Amino acid sequence: MRWFWVDRFTEFVSGSHARGVKNVALDQEVIDDYCMIYPYFPPTLIIEGIAQLGGILVAEHFEWEKRVVLAKIGDAMFHRPALPGDQLRYHVRLEGTQEHGARVSATSHIDGEPQAEIDLMFAFLEEGRFAEGSLFHPGDLAKMLRIMKLFDCGIGRDGQPLAVSEKI
Amino acid sequence: MTMTKEEIFEQVRESLVDALGVDEDEVTADATLVGDLGAESIDFLDIVFKLEKSFGISIPREELSPEDILTSSQYVQNGLVTPGGMSELKKRMPWADLSKFEQNPRVQDFGNLLTVGDMCNYVATKI
Repeated sequence: MRWFWVDRFTEFVSGSHARGVKNVALDQEVIDDYCMIYPYFPPTLIIEGIAQLGGILVAEHFEWEKRVVLAKIGDAMFHRPALPGDQLRYHVRLEGTQEHGARVSATSHIDGEPQAEIDLMFAFLEEGRFAEGSLFHPGDLAKMLRIMKLFDCGIGRDGQPLAVSEKI
Repeated sequence: MTMTKEEIFEQVRESLVDALGVDEDEVTADATLVGDLGAESIDFLDIVFKLEKSFGISIPREELSPEDILTSSQYVQNGLVTPGGMSELKKRMPWADLSKFEQNPRVQDFGNLLTVGDMCNYVATKI
């Protein structure tokens, strides 16, 4: 299974915010396994998708030099389930950064209605912790972000289209 | 911004309840963050973010975590902070009550030093 829980970036402004979409489909295995009598998309994977959007927002802000991991889920409030056929529209804002981590707040909407509100905290892995060097094989992150169309919509810190960094 | 000690305490308490998932009545002025409230290292980052947001302040890491002093061979010998190191800690953290720690200044105990009251005193120096 691909561990991609965002289908596409739709907006990305370096150091500010990111938007993305996740389509929920009935053929997804996670839906079958999660609740057979009432198929819906697991909220934990909505958090994961938002963490992927937010993690990229944070990592890009730090010029891809930090090993960004989800450290803590602050508030997570779900207003309605995400059902097959729904499109989740995620919006993540970078709220604060520190030398060792960052904080984002996020929302998920379905058809313009609030679906979830989530606050996440990321930490930066120290060198040598769990693994040496990058968390990704060379080129893998860039490939994933191309599939997610990040570079089709991304705006860099200089206001220009976001370039593919050599660091990813 | 002018805030009373009580107002600062209430706001710090709110941040700690939020960050650590503890009950309000557990957050007393003399409660230690690690020993009494169960804070882990990752929680300190969360606490810093919450205090920064709540009070509109900036908290540099070195002000709350004087790692450079505690890992210095000049200020630590045989696992104990030297008198010179204590002097540096007091300069860096005038808002913290170091009197108990000073009686037996083992570096390994430093992590459990900070109390809720210390955090309130620290915030008061920033606003």
